[in-house]
Amino acid sequence: MADTFKLRVNGRDCEVRAEPDTPLLYILRNDLKLKGTRFGCGEGQCGACNVLFDGNAVPSCDTPLWSAPGHEITTIEGIGGPDAGGLHPVQQAFIDEQAIQCGYCIDGIIISAVALLQREKDPSEGQIASALERNLCRCGTHVRIFRAIRAAARAMREQTKA
Amino acid sequence: MTAVLLPQSLKTTPVLNRWVRFNADRTVSVFSGKVELGQGIETAIAQIAADELDVSLERLFLVAGDTTQSPDEWYTAGSQSIEVGGMAMRLACAEVRSLFLEAAARELEVNVAELTIRDGTIAVAGTDLRTSYWDLAPRVHLARAATGAAPPKAPSQHGLVGKSAPRRDLRAKVTGAAYVHDLELPGMVFGRVLRPPSHSARLAAFDADAVRRLPGVVAVLVSGNFIGLCAEREEQAVRALDAARRAASWEERSLLPATTEARDFLPTLPSMRSLVHRQGEGSTAGSMRRLEASYSKPYIAHASIGPSCALARHDKGRFTILSHTQGSHHLQRQLAQVLGVATDAVEVIHKDGAGCYGHNGADDVALDAALLARACGRPVQVQWTREDELAWAPCGSAMVVRVAASLDATDRIVDWHHEIWSHTHIKRPGWGEGVNLLAAWHMDPPFPVPPARDVPQPTGGADRNSIPLYDFPTQEIAYNFIADMPIRVSALRSLGAFANVFAIESFMDEIAVAAAIDPIEFRLRHLKDARAREVIETVAKAARWTRGEKGDGTRGRGLGFAQYKNRSAFCAVIAEVEVGEILRVKRVFAAVDAGQVINPDGLANQIEGGIVQAISWTLKEQILWDRDRILSRSWGTYPILRFDATPEIEVVILSRPEEPPLGSGECAAGPTAAAVANALFNALGVRARDLPLTPDRIARAME
Repeated sequence: MADTFKLRVNGRDCEVRAEPDTPLLYILRNDLKLKGTRFGCGEGQCGACNVLFDGNAVPSCDTPLWSAPGHEITTIEGIGGPDAGGLHPVQQAFIDEQAIQCGYCIDGIIISAVALLQREKDPSEGQIASALERNLCRCGTHVRIFRAIRAAARAMREQTKA
Repeated sequence: MTAVLLPQSLKTTPVLNRWVRFNADRTVSVFSGKVELGQGIETAIAQIAADELDVSLERLFLVAGDTTQSPDEWYTAGSQSIEVGGMAMRLACAEVRSLFLEAAARELEVNVAELTIRDGTIAVAGTDLRTSYWDLAPRVHLARAATGAAPPKAPSQHGLVGKSAPRRDLRAKVTGAAYVHDLELPGMVFGRVLRPPSHSARLAAFDADAVRRLPGVVAVLVSGNFIGLCAEREEQAVRALDAARRAASWEERSLLPATTEARDFLPTLPSMRSLVHRQGEGSTAGSMRRLEASYSKPYIAHASIGPSCALARHDKGRFTILSHTQGSHHLQRQLAQVLGVATDAVEVIHKDGAGCYGHNGADDVALDAALLARACGRPVQVQWTREDELAWAPCGSAMVVRVAASLDATDRIVDWHHEIWSHTHIKRPGWGEGVNLLAAWHMDPPFPVPPARDVPQPTGGADRNSIPLYDFPTQEIAYNFIADMPIRVSALRSLGAFANVFAIESFMDEIAVAAAIDPIEFRLRHLKDARAREVIETVAKAARWTRGEKGDGTRGRGLGFAQYKNRSAFCAVIAEVEVGEILRVKRVFAAVDAGQVINPDGLANQIEGGIVQAISWTLKEQILWDRDRILSRSWGTYPILRFDATPEIEVVILSRPEEPPLGSGECAAGPTAAAVANALFNALGVRARDLPLTPDRIARAME
């Protein structure tokens, strides 16, 4: 049976009505119109649907709606963009480094990178690879994605200093 | 005046106003049939057009792959978007510019030579006299056929071409909605299709009412072996799909080959042999020794990260389709045929999708959406599942290649033989006869699966890049075409070039080893083409290749080289591998000559991506099955390269602004596979000839 759930998404409170086991992915995309969270496999194996869940990158396709209330959820639209007062340094770095081909996987990868850079100011290659353990990219933009994340880390360190 | 050979796109759509339009708001719209797949074409074609017209990039907008507006430019495929689409755009814009300059000269009563154009404003040098494209537009008639007579700018006059203009589509892609998957139509419902469990499956029984009763279900369409459904909410459609799976029973037959090893089963299938190329007398008299080897590649999935998706609206016999197809006009005609309506009753509008650089499920899902929109009377978005995409989208054909060569007393190759076993490498909708759309084959009455027809030479399909670029005096290349295929295949990036270059370049390495000659020197001894030599020499220099260098039992390096299609970009790759429990590619150097480069960073991105994708194919990818069904249905059962296996990559671009641009999106694939296999040999002394190079296979090769 459908039920009402109170969520906190991108710093705003909202209410949605759906079955409790509905994947959070569909709530974000179809009820809240946050389309940057994308369907890739439905099994938590590719990272295209990643969101920040209390600051951790988690796949929203295998996060049931019932588990979301009381947690801070951030989608790519909440990371940066027209509704978030400009681009986040990670988004900017992906553009600057042209670290995108088709880009379908990229918002999920940016979410993983933001989660990493929140806990690790100067990540090693190994730490970046671990942070992207559950992300996949088919176009082969891997080298540039590493470069963009390093550049974003640099920019964020400089921002903190300033 | 000499007649100019128009590119195919301009022959198909000669009228200039189908290519360029000046808008009242002082912007320019240009129209292309070549669509964005992640290769940056939207930006590159805009650079070409803006440069030729002398308008700023900010003023210029590209409309691509929209059957109501864009020219029909075949498919966005085969590394031809710059070679053909870009050059058509260049000629069209040059002619438009020339017509406007003539009009401006008439109105301002000066000579064309006195005019300059800056950002669309046409001025008489040294005076205040000026006009613009937009001022003149009402009086310059572009409803006329291109003649190709207006010469495009000389390379030295290019301002945007040759510069790494940033991609224009990226900001949207890092901030939210950007793909066909993200669009909504008013009143839209969510569609899913229950695909049969296997190619042989026939629907025996289906309890449609069990699905119709579920919450939110709007329609269930059953036609032959096609079962589709729509629901108000997406999660309801997903649940209904699960229920439909339980409500269906299928009759299946065990028709798949007993082995998934291409090497073992492909040459046993019925085939038709044809000669691809022969030169020289075929005499091996005087040759000192003969070597031979057999190579193979399995079926490889396109495996886009986003499963295919389309939106469809049906209104009184007219259909609007939003699709990430690579050929909007072809899809339009095929959909019209299946839906039984006139071609112009179907509009196909390209919207970006998830990439893979090949024929994935994009076209198929468009038909699914059209059928469901008609069945339920509301706009529908159909989203394929991960399983649909891996098990039902076409995959790249498996190949077996047997190569033999004879050497003379000076270790020169005097005779070369190359024999291919494979299926067609293209079965796109609109290619050949009949209908190439999945649901059309499943519905009742079904459209027959049309006979396979491969791409003919000079570009070739399975035989693409089978003719060696090396100067072997005697050559025979043959193709054993296998018409029937156990699983569905179509165009995977680079078609047969991947396996042919892997075979040729592995074999060149084997012969060089047998002759105890450095593999780079051995290749150069057989290669006169100056541009080919230069990419090989350039990559050797970039990688600091040392003559006769040997691996150390763990690490090693190898080279691979090809000119894509024997007529497009030249690419040479040196890979460094490290072999522990698994084979890792640590570092890759590439040199590429793509003639005139439109966007150097875009080219580098394509080469880097091509290398990484080819490493994934080479090390990991293979579609598996049992006698009944495809088993590769998830990322768990079809693994691709992950971020922890990312190599360092250095790309050197040889800039040749005076040469025509050469298609480059697919040029790195074959050279990369060969470079990795040759590096493995260099490291361990082990020759692995069957892809993918998994630990098991390497272990077997060591025995």
